[in-house]
Amino acid sequence: MKSNEIRDIIQNNIKNKKHFSDRAMPLFFLSMAFISVLTTFGIVYTLVVDALKFFAAVPLSEIFSTRLQPLSADPSFGILPLLNGTILTTIIAMFVAVPVGMAVAIYLSQFASKKLRKILKPILEILAGIPTIVYGFFAYSVVTPILMRLIPSLEPKNVLSPGLVMGIMIIPMVASLSEDSMNSVPTIMKDGATGLGSTKLETTFKVVIPAAISGIMSSIVLAISRAIGETMIVTIASGSSKRFTFDIFQSMQTMTSYIVEFTSGDAGSGTVGYYSLYAVGLILFLFTMIMNLLAQYITKKYGERY
Amino acid sequence: MKDNNLEIVYDVKGLNLWYGDNQALKDINMKIEKNKITAIIGPSGCGKSTFIKTLNRMIENVDGVKTSGEILFHGDDIFTNKLKVEELRTRVGMVFQKPNPFPKSIYENVVYGPKIHGIKDKKLLMQITEESLKGAALWDEVKDRLNENAYSLSGGQQQRLCIARSMAVNPEVILMDEPTSALDPVATMKIEELMEDLRKDYTVVIVTHNMQQAARISDKTAFFLSGELIEFDNTDKIFGTPRDQRTEDYITGRFG
Amino acid sequence: MKENKFQIDNNRIKRRIVLNNRVRDLFSVVIVLVMAILIVLLYGIGKDSIGWLDLQFLTSNLSIFPEKAGIRGAIMGTVYMMLVVIPITLILGVATAIYLEEYANDGKIQRFIKVNISNLASVPSVIFGLLGLTVFARMLNLGSSILAGGLTMSLLVLPIVVVASQEALKAVPGFLREASFGMGADKWTTIWRVILPVALPGILTGAILAMSRAIGETAPLVALGIPTLLMKIPTSVMDDFTVLPIQVYYWTLDSVLTREYTFLAAATIVVLLVTLFVLNSIAIVIRNKFQKTF
Repeated sequence: MKSNEIRDIIQNNIKNKKHFSDRAMPLFFLSMAFISVLTTFGIVYTLVVDALKFFAAVPLSEIFSTRLQPLSADPSFGILPLLNGTILTTIIAMFVAVPVGMAVAIYLSQFASKKLRKILKPILEILAGIPTIVYGFFAYSVVTPILMRLIPSLEPKNVLSPGLVMGIMIIPMVASLSEDSMNSVPTIMKDGATGLGSTKLETTFKVVIPAAISGIMSSIVLAISRAIGETMIVTIASGSSKRFTFDIFQSMQTMTSYIVEFTSGDAGSGTVGYYSLYAVGLILFLFTMIMNLLAQYITKKYGERY
Repeated sequence: MKDNNLEIVYDVKGLNLWYGDNQALKDINMKIEKNKITAIIGPSGCGKSTFIKTLNRMIENVDGVKTSGEILFHGDDIFTNKLKVEELRTRVGMVFQKPNPFPKSIYENVVYGPKIHGIKDKKLLMQITEESLKGAALWDEVKDRLNENAYSLSGGQQQRLCIARSMAVNPEVILMDEPTSALDPVATMKIEELMEDLRKDYTVVIVTHNMQQAARISDKTAFFLSGELIEFDNTDKIFGTPRDQRTEDYITGRFG
Repeated sequence: MKENKFQIDNNRIKRRIVLNNRVRDLFSVVIVLVMAILIVLLYGIGKDSIGWLDLQFLTSNLSIFPEKAGIRGAIMGTVYMMLVVIPITLILGVATAIYLEEYANDGKIQRFIKVNISNLASVPSVIFGLLGLTVFARMLNLGSSILAGGLTMSLLVLPIVVVASQEALKAVPGFLREASFGMGADKWTTIWRVILPVALPGILTGAILAMSRAIGETAPLVALGIPTLLMKIPTSVMDDFTVLPIQVYYWTLDSVLTREYTFLAAATIVVLLVTLFVLNSIAIVIRNKFQKTF
């Protein structure tokens, strides 16, 4: 077939081409992308609609009380026990995750040799990839028995054990986010300190950490958000006691495990108990969203521009 | 449009181009003749790359580009919608500064153009492949390994593959934007030899920062400076007896 | 000669160096502790699973006799659910990434979608369970079927696929796009024939990450109402089902009553961890072998 004939075939095909795909494809992709927006709206709608029904039925004085007995003959829906459980477990977790995570991050980014980093980083990634249910089992079946031998007054379901294990679970998150932050501090800055005779320790604490502080703080905020939203570890190891107490050796319930307890069957649809789930869910959602926005705000406002 | 036995392929009339507020091309007027090699020379930043990219409207992929004026391709202004841009780009092929074959086999690279424009017959595609690779002086080197990945070729071979790829849709014009600046001298020489043959079937417009290259291979040369077309004439005139002082200064190396 | 008031104090330097080394050693002790915890965790679980993890365990159904119980139902449930999750999340995720990277032009819509994705990524997983409960289980009447669970999970892991696909698309060099446009190809042809093939390894890695997450998640399914004790093995997407993590959940909770459940839970965890290990190894192989660098 002669060259000109090939050229004519191609020109013909172009002239006849229906530009269907030019107009249809972008629309198709946009509509797929919009599903994520729909999902967010779905979540907000789901939570708000039924939470409002709860708030309409229960007076504020009861909501802020410490008595939570959803299934009793005279039900009371005080949210303070749940808030208390969530906050205590989160605090314990942060006591573990932040110091250890920072130590790991500092060591990995400032002190460790290349060979050591190659071994340690994959281990961190493995820790990060373990499903939370495994940590839940670990907390209840391994850590709690050990702790019970050390602390005689520790109950089988308590807040200390899941708090500690949650902290362990969050270490990789704090470590890797802080490490990324510290690694992006330009070497020139560090050289300035080293050139004046600083030890590595001094360079780290006087130059690197202040420079990376926004990333570090944002990683801590994200870690708190993660701890607040964690469900399985606390459900298994901390139990479902709705007593309002500060004794971390006893069982307590968090917002997340409250939701899980009641969706697995106890509350019939349409009751105030059912709506209380969505109210707790809404509060949980707002908490984590505020934490997230806070983390973004910190990075934006205090982030170093090199 | 016929003019003294010469056929005009591109008639550029009053072309202006802005990147945002910055004017990169100022009132360009130029006629590009069929089956000739037209070289575009000038110092860095003079607009020669920008100019060649307007000829196939590739410049429009840059944000904030505005143009005024006309570019007539066989009498039709390419900026109107009379000629679809996909059609323009099959009639006008482009070879880029850095060889950019697809990470596919040599065969798949060459038949990419014909395939997307609807040619499915395997025998025809094979014929196109052989003709294009021969036209790019690459056939003998790769005929036994058409299924190998294009990246296994050397830089010079990759560039010839890109030339073959653009030839596969049988364009009338081949635009070349500094095609040998990323290649070693031997590869450069091979491509310059190739261009002699290209003239028979194609109109070639080549941007080059290498004056000796322009003097060696082109029939006509255009000298650009700061976005303006200073002088455009037969190559021996430009390099032998330039009319404008600025052209002479550039040629003799006083700047650029 | 000007008198330099600055005197080098050698003692102080020595002290600073000692402090540096002590703290460095402290940090390395912490690292060792962290690794030790990982080892204790794996050892504790492994020890409990010995004798209970065998072929019979993998292929039998649940039973009131712990020695005879098996996780065949949970395995089938997990597999069926993933058959729903993978296509949905891949199509939605890759399409969203293609829109964000190739078609959108930095406008308000693009930013809006990006903010949405990053918000979704930080919502607690149990909230997705509530969403699934209201929309899929009740409104669409899917109950606690595999379809309901799969749809819920797809939305949960969607941000993972989107972000990974975006990175993969961004990594495709501009000169490949240029070459394709220069030959008269339109946008969709360029995406389909040039960009997607090059971005594929990165997209697959993201898909595997999403799968790993979906296989291990428990909370959204429990909130959705997935039963913890199910004797019947599912055969279609509308059937009830349970998954490996929920099986672990049930046995761990009831191990107070029946001691043997601890071992069953541990054995199931080993199966879960081995599966995740295999998946992630595949991802690493894909990344090393097929990822093109330019």
